[in-house]
Amino acid sequence: MMRPVLQVEGLTRRFGALIANDDVTLDLRPREVHAVIGPNGAGKSTLIAQICGGLKSDAGSIRLLGQDITHETTKNRARLGLGRTFQISSLASEDTVLQNAMLGALGAKSRPWQFFLPVLGDKNLRDHAENALRRVDLIDFADKRTGELSHGQRRQLEVAVALTLEPKVFILDEPMAGLSAEGTQLLTDLLRDLRNQAPILLVEHDMDVVFKLADRITVLDYGRVIATGSVEDIRKNPIVQRAYLGENL
Amino acid sequence: MISEKALNAILMSLLFCVPLWAWVSDEPFTITLATRAVIFALAAVGLNVALGLGGLVSLGHAVFFGIGGYAMGILAFHAQTYSPLMEWPFTISGTKLMPVIWLMAILFSGAAAFIIGLLSLRTTGVYFIMITLAFGQMFFFFAISWPAYGGEDGLSIYIRNSFPGMNTLDPIQFFGICFAILSLVLWLNVRLVKSPFGLALNAARQSSERVEAVGLDPFRLRLIALVISGMICGLAGALFADLNRFVSPTMFSWQMSGELIVFIVLGGLGRTFGPVAGATLFVVLEHALGGIGEYFLFFLGLLLLVVVLFARGGLYGIITGRADR
Repeated sequence: MMRPVLQVEGLTRRFGALIANDDVTLDLRPREVHAVIGPNGAGKSTLIAQICGGLKSDAGSIRLLGQDITHETTKNRARLGLGRTFQISSLASEDTVLQNAMLGALGAKSRPWQFFLPVLGDKNLRDHAENALRRVDLIDFADKRTGELSHGQRRQLEVAVALTLEPKVFILDEPMAGLSAEGTQLLTDLLRDLRNQAPILLVEHDMDVVFKLADRITVLDYGRVIATGSVEDIRKNPIVQRAYLGENL
Repeated sequence: MISEKALNAILMSLLFCVPLWAWVSDEPFTITLATRAVIFALAAVGLNVALGLGGLVSLGHAVFFGIGGYAMGILAFHAQTYSPLMEWPFTISGTKLMPVIWLMAILFSGAAAFIIGLLSLRTTGVYFIMITLAFGQMFFFFAISWPAYGGEDGLSIYIRNSFPGMNTLDPIQFFGICFAILSLVLWLNVRLVKSPFGLALNAARQSSERVEAVGLDPFRLRLIALVISGMICGLAGALFADLNRFVSPTMFSWQMSGELIVFIVLGGLGRTFGPVAGATLFVVLEHALGGIGEYFLFFLGLLLLVVVLFARGGLYGIITGRADR
């Protein structure tokens, strides 16, 4: 078996008496799409925040390519290779599409300490940003203000910004949320292509998408991993069916 | 409706031509008013780096304005009394040379901004406002209780400081110096907004978590923004002190900080030239309505209320027909 790119071990997070995540262990192997599913409040968002650095963990460890990043800052985790998208789009909405992608490029090359020359004139950065926009089919909208994009286009831009980072791992927080059927199809195709570049940890509500894309699925319920396995394993798993009571798997 | 660029050009030409006209028709007081507007504009442009671009609502920028003022006051005071600024471990004497004074004003206000930023930028929102206000009050009361430099009464400087090759006592020449500095700073500011740093700082204002997620440090971006902002305010403070040939603790007052914010809001938040429009309008109103005494502030408050409620883009928004950025 190939060495996992991302290893999460025994990750725990409490909010007072409430245990949001309890001893969560999962890993992400090269080229795979590993989906994390679970009912609302299962701890998916907490898990993402713990992995990406927004929330400290009470116990457990996170390793990226063998390196312990449990206590790194959010910024350093991004630099080390975590490329994430946000569930609630957090793009700079007053800026243009290209500027948002340029920000990613700027971060990737960690070169914001330049105060005089126009950033859009930096051919290197610009090519980098435009390539990412081309990958997600947004190049024709490069000069549009991000706030004027459709919801689906904003999702695509989220992915583009993550792409500019050339990450070792993609962490996608409900990328399909609120998308039309058409938009979902578009993004599904994009993610299928993306996995060749880096493995994807996919938190997603849309079961069709998960079953289409995922190689493995981890099911969270009340902050615990109740099952991990292939798509077939999870479909058949009786515990999972109970957790998703009423939902037809 | 005219474009923002055209409005910038009109504004700057007006600001330049009115004093020129006043000079031709021998009305030095108008030149002084214009110089006051230019200096306030410079300070507000400085604050705008932090507020407009960085989203940092600081109610303590008078600190930097005051430090600039006292840098001038202290250096010139020692020069005019022929007493050294310090004797140990080496002697430093005062100076009447503007470029040296400006450099000191910029250095000290930048250093103050760095320290204040280190402490205050850990907070956001209303806490940030309160912390910066607290720093402002600290400096204010320190200046009041520092008898060596006039304490509450302030410091008078008898003769305006000098600039090589120019007669700074001539109002139009001093105006020229101030106007040139404002133009230079505005030009640098335009470049800054478009630079990589400007892009990153602007993004940090809109979404801190996004900036972190691409591996940049919003804290550091804001700290640098605050330092740049403080330096510009410090330079403006030194010029303001030279305009009045007088420095007093009121330069540190929180009203001063508030006025700087008012200039930006009046002119139009998030526009590079907005503070210039706001400061000019303020000085014009102050002069036109000054005759009615304290009531001036009442009308200013009313105007501000109207702008905030009905014309969010300030003067720039009204004239260019675009509500915001």
